Amino acid sequence: MEQFRIAKNKGVEFGLYSIGDHLFNPHTGIKISAQQRIQELVDASKLADEAGLDVFAVGESHQTYFTTQAHTVILGAIAQATNQIKIASSATVLSTSDPVRVYEDFATIDLLSNGRAEIVAGRGSRIGAYSLLGYDVRDYEELFEEKMDLLLKLNKEEAVSWEGQFRAALKNASIYPQPLNGHLPIWRAVGGPPASAIKAGHAGVPMMLTTLGGPAINFKVSVDAYREAAEQNGFDSSNLPIATTSLFYTAEDSKDALREYYPHINSGMQALRGGGYPKQQFAQSVDYRDALMVGSPQQIVEKMLYQYELYGHQRFMAQIDFGGVPFDKIAKNIELIATKIMPEIKKHTAQD
Amino acid sequence: MKLVGIAGSNVGSKTRTAMDYTLKIAREKYPQADITLLDLAEYDMAFSDGRNYWEYDGDTKYVTETIMDADALIIGTPTFQASIPATLKNIFDLLPVNAFRDKVVSMVVTAGTAKHYLMAEQQLKPILAYMKAHIVPTYVFIEEKDYLRREIVNDDVLFRMERLVEDTVLLVDAYSQIREKKDAEYDF
Repeated sequence: MEQFRIAKNKGVEFGLYSIGDHLFNPHTGIKISAQQRIQELVDASKLADEAGLDVFAVGESHQTYFTTQAHTVILGAIAQATNQIKIASSATVLSTSDPVRVYEDFATIDLLSNGRAEIVAGRGSRIGAYSLLGYDVRDYEELFEEKMDLLLKLNKEEAVSWEGQFRAALKNASIYPQPLNGHLPIWRAVGGPPASAIKAGHAGVPMMLTTLGGPAINFKVSVDAYREAAEQNGFDSSNLPIATTSLFYTAEDSKDALREYYPHINSGMQALRGGGYPKQQFAQSVDYRDALMVGSPQQIVEKMLYQYELYGHQRFMAQIDFGGVPFDKIAKNIELIATKIMPEIKKHTAQD
Repeated sequence: MKLVGIAGSNVGSKTRTAMDYTLKIAREKYPQADITLLDLAEYDMAFSDGRNYWEYDGDTKYVTETIMDADALIIGTPTFQASIPATLKNIFDLLPVNAFRDKVVSMVVTAGTAKHYLMAEQQLKPILAYMKAHIVPTYVFIEEKDYLRREIVNDDVLFRMERLVEDTVLLVDAYSQIREKKDAEYDF
């Protein structure tokens, strides 16, 4: 785990992430400016850093309703604004980027942040980047696999020689600057089903798995498949970290959490997926067996410990700003995470 | 209440004729309802390519957004090769998986022969169920001999159409009451 900067004696890491969605707040009907949205992401990272959270991550989506297309630029600002917190992507759409530029960017962020940068590489669940940046979505699978191979090679070797279909060949190429300690933690972003989890395990790459609601046990298939694929290919799966991600909202009182959050998740899903979140399904989500992280701090702790039993994961990433959640509520969530949730989680999951 | 009728093919006249009859009954019975016909023969639809429906432009965007905005759909379909036509399947492919959640969907089916009577059961209903529609269980089946030129000459078909329209509207009311009652149980 050390090469991925994970310390078992500190327990499950707690991080925040944003996909940079830019939507109106359904309680007020107000949509803040893109400038304010980006500034508040940096402000949230400062609060998370001061509160002792472990990770802050920003992702890219190249289409309407999003502001963080240039996520590495924002992560650079976050590197300057913070001191301790790890800085990651959530995710970098590697398929439509040049792995060399991605590596240069994150190596730079690693230097700016004194060794806190990590790459989470994914294929993108929204496909806006493909047409905008000149890629054919029909190459969805191949684009990612080829570029991921190159990215991992850049992280491993000093002089890289490489040939592929989607990028000019490299001959003894050296990448500058290098990260602080020569390597970066590189994760693979994995959607719910096991197909992509198996690919991550096969390559011996840490996995960040979305568990966006529904029964938590449904995602165990992917966790098991990941570890099995890693073992079959000669990796020690006990050295490979797993992170999970979920939409997240907490308030002191469970009823307040539901009442405050429902309009955000409903209108956010309506805007981004074309269908709202059914109330019946949302009402079920407070059950500890459901993966959606909504409820009182006690309920969140119960859910997280249940999931820890299921998955044995090393990191949890919470998406606390979905669907126009205003900054004062984001700040409140960070406070509750730091004071009521994290201490409990760490106490129960820290290993000697 | 927004009711949208779909004439699901881009050739022939039987399905369009049946939908004209059906929506005429609906307009007479429910003058306050907002009723629209989408005859796919009149629109230039793109094949589904994986985009979200609102990211298309032109007719494709108009047709899919009109459908998504409806409370109830009456889908008229002919029978092509023992199934629905590709034009209608493309509409389903353009929409998200849960597109018909909280919508009532009923069916008017035309065919050359009565041998295709179960086509709707075997081909169309499974798609509607997958997309979470509240399906009106009975449908109107109209065959070649029920038409004379562009008129429907079988009174049984006309009575069935009337009952289909009534059932569709009744179910919209019933399901919205159920939903209100269910939602009232939740404190959020």
